[in-house]
Amino acid sequence: MITALNVEDLAIQRGERVLFRHFGLRVVAGEAVALVGANGAGKTSLLRAVAGMIRPVIGRIGFDGPAGPLSIDDARRQGCHMLGHYDGLKANRHVRDELVFQSRWCGGTAEAALAAATRLNLTRLLDLEVRVLSAGQRRRLALARLIGAPRPLWLLDEPLAPLDTVSRALLGEVMAEHVAGGGLILAAVHDPLPIPVRTAEIGQ
Amino acid sequence: MSVVGVLVRREMSLAWARGGGALLAVGFFAAATVMLPLALGPAPARLAAVSGGVTWVVLALASLLSLDRMFERDFDDGALDLLALGPLPLEVVATIKCLAQWTVSGAPLALAAPIVAVALGAKPAAAPMIFVAAGLGGLAFAFLGGTGAALALASRRGGVLIAVVVLPLLTPPVIFGGVAIENYTSGLPWLTPLCLLAGYALGAVALTPFAMAGACRNAQS
Repeated sequence: MITALNVEDLAIQRGERVLFRHFGLRVVAGEAVALVGANGAGKTSLLRAVAGMIRPVIGRIGFDGPAGPLSIDDARRQGCHMLGHYDGLKANRHVRDELVFQSRWCGGTAEAALAAATRLNLTRLLDLEVRVLSAGQRRRLALARLIGAPRPLWLLDEPLAPLDTVSRALLGEVMAEHVAGGGLILAAVHDPLPIPVRTAEIGQ
Repeated sequence: MSVVGVLVRREMSLAWARGGGALLAVGFFAAATVMLPLALGPAPARLAAVSGGVTWVVLALASLLSLDRMFERDFDDGALDLLALGPLPLEVVATIKCLAQWTVSGAPLALAAPIVAVALGAKPAAAPMIFVAAGLGGLAFAFLGGTGAALALASRRGGVLIAVVVLPLLTPPVIFGGVAIENYTSGLPWLTPLCLLAGYALGAVALTPFAMAGACRNAQS
């Protein structure tokens, strides 16, 4: 169980360009942080670095549990959801199969996945192929794994982008519940999130 | 069902959907070997002499067919990120992907190989041995092919690149397998080349998952 994410003095380089340096951030349980910054400032790269997919040039990323620092690999594998621009859904598979796979792979159960589908108004879509879904429906399907498989730290990259007003409000409720239950959210956003958040700015 | 079972089910269904699954590979295998008598002439003695070697070369080519999509789709749609954050290490994920590829494409090819070889003039008594050899060879093809597919991630026209990277690695199983059939037909000891083939296949199974996982992480970063 992750209770805090610590980012200290981080610098990330993509190609020849240093995106940012001396970036520090601490997110604790029960807190949501909105990561803001211009296009290309490095919001997505920071999220990917926290998830362990990009190696920072310098700096430290660590996860704390109730009893002190956690093994970084275990924290990522068991405590971290990442939802990026690409949702990892296979166009030629059925919504139900993808929903259940994503949730179970992240440590949830099939029942919890189907309950998440009900919560996000996906029930009518379960027997369709993923290819016929709209962008907003796909995003809701990808979001279902956040509910279907409980993990404390959510790394969200533009979670609101393709969603309509109703779904945005719904996601707001889900995020508020997660934070109230001791979860952590770090979300890269341009539009304001529908819940109270602390803002962290990225960029030089 | 454990998390391994969940992944196996997904990978099997993806491997089956990838490029027509078993039917495409077996169809290619059959079509390519049928061309041989048309090119060489129908003299049975001449065909029988090359049947073992030709079976192996075409087998290697047929197993390359659907490899290029093995990691690329997961990379393109972001599923590789999801797989990387799951409970199993990428090494295990890669192993399961290759085993699924082998089940869907290698095993049906192993069933077709004795039929094709015998049709070309190999001794029918050699059929069980050809089946075992083709199965082992297919295992090596799947794992080495998976390595090529992972290395070619993030490059356009990956399919051709994979073939160029992987074909040299497929020569040992082609040599061992071809010699095993040849020796069996001419009454020489055939167990040694078969054991070498098995050794090469198991070596590939043991070592290539590390290369595949490393190549995937490299593509993700």
